[in-house]
Amino acid sequence: MSNYDVIIIGAGSVGVPTTLALSEKKLKVLVIDSKSSAGQENNKKAIGGIRATHSDFGKIKVSQRSIEIFSTWKEKYGDDIGWMANGYSFPAYNNEDEKKLKDLMKIQHSFGLNIKWISPEEYEKLVPGINIDGLRGSTYSPDDGSASPLLALNAFYYKSLDYGAEYKFNESVINIELKDNKISQIVTDKGQYSADTIINASGNNAKEIGEMMEIDLPVIPDSHEGAITEPVERFFEPMVVDTRPIKGSANYYFYQNNEGQVIFCITPSPSIIGTDSDSTSEFLPQVAKRMVELYPRLANLKVRRTWRGQYPMTPDGFPIVGRSKEIPNLINAVGMCGQGYMLGPGLGELITRIVTNEFSDDDIRALKSFDPYRDFSGMEQFK
Amino acid sequence: MSGNRIEEHPILPIADREEINFYWNGKRFAAKKGEVISSALFANGIKIFGHHHKDGSAQGIFCANGQCAKCAVIVDGIPLKSCMTIVKPGMKVESVEGLPKLPQTEKHEISDIEEFEYDVLIIGGGPAGLSAAIQLGEHNIKTLIVDDKTETGGKLVLQTHKFFGSVEDSFAGTRGNDIGKILAQKVNENKNIDVWTNSIALYVYKDKKVGILNNDVYKLVKPKIILNAAGAREKFLRFKGNSLAGIYGAGAFQTLVNRDLVRPTSRLFIVGGGNVGLIAGYHALQAGIEVVGLVEAMPKCGGYKVHADKLARLGVPIYTSHSVLQANGKEIIESVTISQIDEKFNPVKGTEKTFECDTLLIAVGLESVSEFTDEAETAGIRVLSAGDAKEIAEASSAMFNGKIAGLKIAKEINPNVEEIPNSWFDKAEILKKEAGKTYDYNIIEIEEGIFPVIHCLQEIPCNPCSTICPTNSIFMKGDPIMDLPVYEGRCIGCGKCVTICPGLAITLVDFRKDIVFPTVTLPYEVSNHKISIDDEILCVDIDGMELGMFAVIQVLDVKANNRTQLIKLKAPKNIAKKIVSFQIQKAEVSKQKETEIQNISDEEMVCLCERVTAKEILDLIRKGITDMNQIKAITRTGMGPCGAKSCDNLIMQLFRQEGILLDRVEPNTRRPIFVEVPLGKFADGKK
Repeated sequence: MSNYDVIIIGAGSVGVPTTLALSEKKLKVLVIDSKSSAGQENNKKAIGGIRATHSDFGKIKVSQRSIEIFSTWKEKYGDDIGWMANGYSFPAYNNEDEKKLKDLMKIQHSFGLNIKWISPEEYEKLVPGINIDGLRGSTYSPDDGSASPLLALNAFYYKSLDYGAEYKFNESVINIELKDNKISQIVTDKGQYSADTIINASGNNAKEIGEMMEIDLPVIPDSHEGAITEPVERFFEPMVVDTRPIKGSANYYFYQNNEGQVIFCITPSPSIIGTDSDSTSEFLPQVAKRMVELYPRLANLKVRRTWRGQYPMTPDGFPIVGRSKEIPNLINAVGMCGQGYMLGPGLGELITRIVTNEFSDDDIRALKSFDPYRDFSGMEQFK
Repeated sequence: MSGNRIEEHPILPIADREEINFYWNGKRFAAKKGEVISSALFANGIKIFGHHHKDGSAQGIFCANGQCAKCAVIVDGIPLKSCMTIVKPGMKVESVEGLPKLPQTEKHEISDIEEFEYDVLIIGGGPAGLSAAIQLGEHNIKTLIVDDKTETGGKLVLQTHKFFGSVEDSFAGTRGNDIGKILAQKVNENKNIDVWTNSIALYVYKDKKVGILNNDVYKLVKPKIILNAAGAREKFLRFKGNSLAGIYGAGAFQTLVNRDLVRPTSRLFIVGGGNVGLIAGYHALQAGIEVVGLVEAMPKCGGYKVHADKLARLGVPIYTSHSVLQANGKEIIESVTISQIDEKFNPVKGTEKTFECDTLLIAVGLESVSEFTDEAETAGIRVLSAGDAKEIAEASSAMFNGKIAGLKIAKEINPNVEEIPNSWFDKAEILKKEAGKTYDYNIIEIEEGIFPVIHCLQEIPCNPCSTICPTNSIFMKGDPIMDLPVYEGRCIGCGKCVTICPGLAITLVDFRKDIVFPTVTLPYEVSNHKISIDDEILCVDIDGMELGMFAVIQVLDVKANNRTQLIKLKAPKNIAKKIVSFQIQKAEVSKQKETEIQNISDEEMVCLCERVTAKEILDLIRKGITDMNQIKAITRTGMGPCGAKSCDNLIMQLFRQEGILLDRVEPNTRRPIFVEVPLGKFADGKK
C-alpha cells in the first residue's frame, strides 16, 4: 500500500517545479528535504539567468517551456518573480570563438531559436562602455532572460501547496529499501514513506542517494562562486558571457537583474570538486580583474555579497533524466550541471509525463539528450 | 544654542580647521577640511541625503559608521557612503533620488592583491584591541591591528566623560578620549605592532586569509591567530514611523557630535536608559543640544544610577515604565509620542504624551559583532575575542579583558611567556559586573570642618575617589572596587575626589568659615552653559528635586582639574549637604506638545534597507515559516547593503512575539562581505 503517488527527494530547482506539475495533475506528492525550506541548497545560489539558446534539442525544448512558464507566471498567478527578457550575449574576441559561436547559431536557428550575430558597434549599444578592443561581434538572443530564483522557487512552492503537495523539511533520507527490484520504502531520520513512484531530484547528493539503491549516478558537484552588487539604474541589457579561458578560470558571466543589481559568477579552472560552500579569498580578485578589464564601468559598482555553490556535473555536461531500468519505480532527475534552475519548470512537466506515461514525440527526442544510459562521451558546447 | 557647528565644548578642544567649499545639488557650501561629507552636510543643515528607490522615503544618516548605505550620496558622479568619504574642495555632491546612475569609466588598472603575514591580527583598535596589542608587543609578537576609523581608540574617542572602573586597571577617573590617546601612544611606540587605520576587515576566508580594505586598497592578511575586538553594534527598535529620517543610534550621534563637532539636532529625545543612552544625553547637553526627555521601558534605568541622576539633575526628565509609541513626521521626525507601559510592556491607554523633537536616539542595547569569530572558526584559524565582541560591558572591562586576551595569545605563541595572574581573572569578573544593590541615603551627621559628601548609592565597579584621597580618608567598605565609598577621617579640602568622580556625585561642604551657611563645592562639566559669580542657580538634590535658588560665589577653572569646573555657593546648613548639582535645562524644553499630531506613519519597518514592514514578516511567520533564509528569499529582508545588521534581531523578536521558540528558527546564513566595496578594488591591489 502506498501513501503517496509520488515521493520526490529534494525540494530544489527540479524537485519543486516537478512537484508543482505533478500536483497540478492531481497526483498526491510528498517532497523530502534535509534543509529548513525549499531551495536552500543550490537553487538560491543560481544567478537567475534563463536561456533556451543551448546546443541540443533536449535542453532547448525543455528551456523553451521553462521560459514560457517563467514569463507568464505573473499574469497567470499574480506573483512577481522578477522575470525580464533581457537576453543573452556571447561576445567573441577572436576568430576561433567567432567561428564556434556562428556554427552553433546554425544549429540554434534550425531549432527556431531567436539568436543573431551583432557587430561590435551594435554590441556597444547594448552594453555601453564594454571593451571593444579586438571584439569581433557577439551573439544576441533577446528572448532569453532572467528571473529571481528565490521568488520563483517560492512561488512554485506555494502554488504546489495550493494543489495539495506535502513537504517534509529538516528530514534526511537515510535509507532506501528495495523489494523485488522496486523501491518499497523511503526511510528518513524521522519516518518511513512509500509511493508508487520515487523521483530522485537530490542535486548535490545524487550520487549518495543512488548508492543507497546500488545504482551508479555519475554526478560530481564542483564549486563556483557568485556575487551580487548594489542596485543602480539599468545600464546594460543582456547577460554577458565571456567564454575565454585564462589561467585559473574558464568562463564567467554577469547581468543586471530586475532590481538593478549586477550578479556575476565564475567557473574556476581546474574545477574545485566537492560541496564545501565556504568562500575563499581567491574569487573576488579573480573575477574582478576579468570583469573590470572587459567592462571598466563595473569598477565603481559596489559588491554587496558573495557566495559559493555547486554545479552537480555529469561527465558530458548533460543532465541525467529518465526512468531507471534496474528500479522501474525510480525516476532520476539529477546532474543538472548548473542549469537546474532554468531547466526546472520545463523539466517538471516532462517528468510528470514520464510518471503518467504520456509522451509526445518531442518528449522522446528530448529525453534522448538526458538518457541515463548514454555513454557520456560527448561534450556540451558553450555551456 | 544656534548654528550647526559646535564652537564651544566643555571638554573637547575646537581646532581651527581650514574652510573649503563643495557643492550640494548645485549649491555652494562650506566644509571643514578633513571632515566626512555627511558631517559637512549636517553642518549646513542638510539632513536628508536622498530618497529610497523603492518607496521614496527620506534617507539620511543612520550608522555613521560605513555599515549601512542610508547616507549614500553621489560624489562626482559615483554613488558613495557620505559618512566614509572625506569632502574635497570643489567636490560635486548630489542627493540620491531613486536608483543612482553608474557613470562611464575609462580603463581601470589591474594588478595582483598583496598578501601579508602576521602572528596575530587584531580586528578593531578600540579599548580591547589596543590593550591586547600592548601585551603582544611587549612580548615581541608580530601583531597587526586593523581599524576602520582614521584613528585608533574605537568608541573611546567619542567618550568625553571620566571613566569608571579602577584606577590601576582601567584608568578610572580619566576621560575616555584621553585613555584612547594613552593606549594609542603605547601601541605606536612598540615596533612589533603595526597599525592599519582606515582599514575594514571584510571577511575571514576559508583559505585562512583575511580580506582587508586598507586605505581603499584591498589586501590579504594571513595571521596565525585572530583576536576579534570589533566591538558591538546597536540594536534597533520597532515602532510606528521608525524609519523616518532623524532616528538613529547613539554611536552615530556621538560620532557627529564628539568626533565631527557638528550639532545634528537642536531637540533630542532618547530611547533607552542604559549607560549608552544616559551618557549620550549628557554628551548632548555638553554639545549645547536640548534633551527633551528619555524613555526607559523598565521601572528603573538599567544604566548606572549616577549617570541617570546626573542627567535628571541637569533638568532632563526620565520617563521610566514608558516606551515609544510612534514617531511622527513627514520625512524627518517632528515629534515623538510615548506612553506608559504595563508589566507586559503593553501601552496603557490614556497615558500618551507627545513631544516635539527633531532627532530620536535609539539606545536599546548592543550585540557583539561575532562574525569574524564565526568565520575564523569555520576557516580553522585560532580565534579569541575581547571587549564588546566577547561580551557587552563597559570599556573599562574591555581594556582589562583585552589585556588578558593579549597575554593569553602571547603565551600560545611563545610558551615561555609568564602565566596570567589569577588575580587578573578575578578583576575581569568585577569590572564587567553590572550595577548591584542600591542603598538608602546615609546622612552625614558632621556639621563642622570640611568634608566630602558622597552621593553614590549604588554598587558599581568604580573606585577612583578612594585611591586619590591624599589623606586616605575615603575607602571602600568591602570589595575594593564594587562597594560603596565611605568617608571617614581627615579631609583637607583638596577637592580631588570631587573632580575625579566620573558620576559627579561628590561635593565638598565647608563649615569652617560659616556654620550657618556652609560653602558647597560642586563639580560642573557643561561649561558651554556658562555659570558666573553671582548667578542664581536652581540647586537640586541627588534625584533632581529642587532645593532652592542660591548664588554662585566662585567658579574655579583649574587646569589640574581636567576640565571639570568647581562651582562654589553658600547654602543653609540643613540643605547644603543635600545639594549635588543644579538645573541648567529649563522645564519649558520638556513641555508636552498640545496640538494634534499629523503625519502618523502606521508602518513599523523591520528592514530599512529593503523597506520591509513588520506586517509583511508577521504574515510569513503566521504562514508557518521558521527559516530566516526563506523570509529573506521572499521579502528581501537582510539582502540590502547593511547585510541584516539591524533586521535579524527585530525578526527574532517577531518570532518570540508569535510564541515560536527561537531554537526552532533557522538562522540567516551570513556571507561575505562585511560592507559593500567597489568591484574595482578587488581588481587592483596597487592603486
